[in-house]
Amino acid sequence: MNMIEIENLDVVFGNNPEQALKLLDENLSREEIIDKTGSVVGVQNANLTIKQGEICVLMGLSGSGKSSLLRTLNGLNPITRGSLRVKDKEEGTIDIATCDENTLRHLRTNRISMVFQKFALMPWLTVAENVAFGLEMKGINKRERLEKAKEKLEMVGLDQWANSKPHELSGGMQQRVGLARAFAMDTDILLMDEPFSALDPLIRSQLQDELLELQQKMKKTILFVSHDLDEALKIGTNIAIMESAKIIQHGTPEDIVLNPKTPYVEAFVAHTNPLNVLGGDTLMTNKEDLAVDKDRLIIDRNQGYWVSLQEGKILKAGKGEQELPYVAWQAGDGEQGKFAVASSAIGMRDAINLRYTSRLPVLLTQDEQFVGVLNDNNFYYALLGKHFVAD
Amino acid sequence: MNWIIEHKVPMGQWIESFVDWLVGNAAGFFDAISFSLEWLILGVTDILLLSPPSLLITLTAALAWWLQRSLGLVVFIVLSLLLIANLGYWSEMIETLVLVLMAAFICVLFGIPLGILAAHYPKFHTIIRPVLDLMQTIPTFVYLIPTLILFGLGVVPGLISTIIFAIAAPVRLTALGISSVPEELLEAGKAFGATRRKLLFKVELPAAMPNIMAGVTQCIMLSLSMVVIAALVGADGLGKPVVRALNTVNIAQGFEAGLAIVLVAIMLDRLCKQPNRNN
Repeated sequence: MNMIEIENLDVVFGNNPEQALKLLDENLSREEIIDKTGSVVGVQNANLTIKQGEICVLMGLSGSGKSSLLRTLNGLNPITRGSLRVKDKEEGTIDIATCDENTLRHLRTNRISMVFQKFALMPWLTVAENVAFGLEMKGINKRERLEKAKEKLEMVGLDQWANSKPHELSGGMQQRVGLARAFAMDTDILLMDEPFSALDPLIRSQLQDELLELQQKMKKTILFVSHDLDEALKIGTNIAIMESAKIIQHGTPEDIVLNPKTPYVEAFVAHTNPLNVLGGDTLMTNKEDLAVDKDRLIIDRNQGYWVSLQEGKILKAGKGEQELPYVAWQAGDGEQGKFAVASSAIGMRDAINLRYTSRLPVLLTQDEQFVGVLNDNNFYYALLGKHFVAD
Repeated sequence: MNWIIEHKVPMGQWIESFVDWLVGNAAGFFDAISFSLEWLILGVTDILLLSPPSLLITLTAALAWWLQRSLGLVVFIVLSLLLIANLGYWSEMIETLVLVLMAAFICVLFGIPLGILAAHYPKFHTIIRPVLDLMQTIPTFVYLIPTLILFGLGVVPGLISTIIFAIAAPVRLTALGISSVPEELLEAGKAFGATRRKLLFKVELPAAMPNIMAGVTQCIMLSLSMVVIAALVGADGLGKPVVRALNTVNIAQGFEAGLAIVLVAIMLDRLCKQPNRNN
């Protein structure tokens, strides 16, 4: 089910957006439009659909328009042209491009809440009052909203800090308060504008994990802005990469890493760590590509490793004339001297660990059918970033 | 050049005829203001003068404790008030206090909304900025003359002059406070569905509060600095003995009254000081 549908959306900042739009249609560049009209094109012809329960990451360098696009979703930035439909509670959609002030407030209090990069907590309010801030705007009475605030603070593990002032908390804790404030609104859609960028790396990764954990329970639709591809790959269900006001590629993390559409994306991807992104099925050498020696499939010619199949299932495996045992793998380390048989959905980090602990290539299956093998060449290939550059 | 010197621009006459016109056409209006303000000030003064000084000292000490939680301040205030009573300036001090607080109250009443408007409408700000500059820099005696004509002798022209001099501080500092509210707090307010009204009362004003309070304190201090001048046009209070001492070259009286003014100033300043908030 589509939660958010963005269609041909343009955002222009400045006094004369019509003129800028005209120049935009004449294919003038962003810089030329600034020179000619003084207007800044924030977002150009964006098309994006976000499904319910998805975490969509808007990725790009600063000035690429990712925040500008995010902010149109709750009306902090005006939409110059195009449509932005958000599904309302029961049925029907609201087009933010054309809706009136009251509808926008309904969206802000009931449908969409936001987490800010610099936390944006009110320094004169206590932590609990900050969490209850949105509820106060909603018009909920004091007792009820503080009760709810307490519940959400428990969720982010800060209930002992309810009566402190924000400045007494560390950055990571402050952003948890920001998260609790957004959660307190009970909205289905969450906008997160580089929420973890202001935090140090350890806390950042911890909060990413916490967000993913909370998302398991809450199943919100999240639009997340980030300039860090590793972060995007880690938390995104889908990633939309933006460059100078345009969305240049939209796809799953793996798709972005394996098939970068432009040199810009390629440059981004070249610096990422593949361990967190790639899975067995993209890394492996397919069964069809393995050499056949009578009833054996040769999985490593140099070492002489082989498997033999029966109706697609693994029957035997071994090295040279010797047959070696194999075990199905679920989690943890492999056993030395035994082939590990793993699902082809295995992550690259786990696969390398299996290769290391078993001292043998990793066999991959799908629905109990042997589909391919992971040996050293596959890993070297991925680690060298060969996957990232079109051969 | 000669031509320019010979043909003087009748600027003074213009102002004079404007004031004449006001006196001729709006005398009733000014009389009404004068009468009601005087009634208010004298009424409050009388009430305070009727209450026993010991009660007022106790109440002030309690207020100081409630506001600042500082034992030192409480001791200082009690000793200062006792000294003023001892020197024989108790009733003058009450009169001054009422005048100053009334002026500051009216300044704040009009100054804060004007400051909010100035922060929200830059055009309005550009218009009132030179007016505020003018009100603060023009020598007091210059507008004392027309206020005297319009409101008559007594406490009211003193009050009006004080207001003209002191209102710029709350306007400016409120405008500064509101316009320097961090953008992200405003965005957070909007993103959580604040109406314009709630944005003002729940985000902008609390965020600007340190600045606004600084404006109020400044306003009180500026009002206090006008007591001597107010005394010249007939306002009662600590200014009167100073003026009298000046006319009779009475060093002793001048010093005592001056000391009383300084003590009042220090007390008011410490009472209004914002407790340290490390944001």
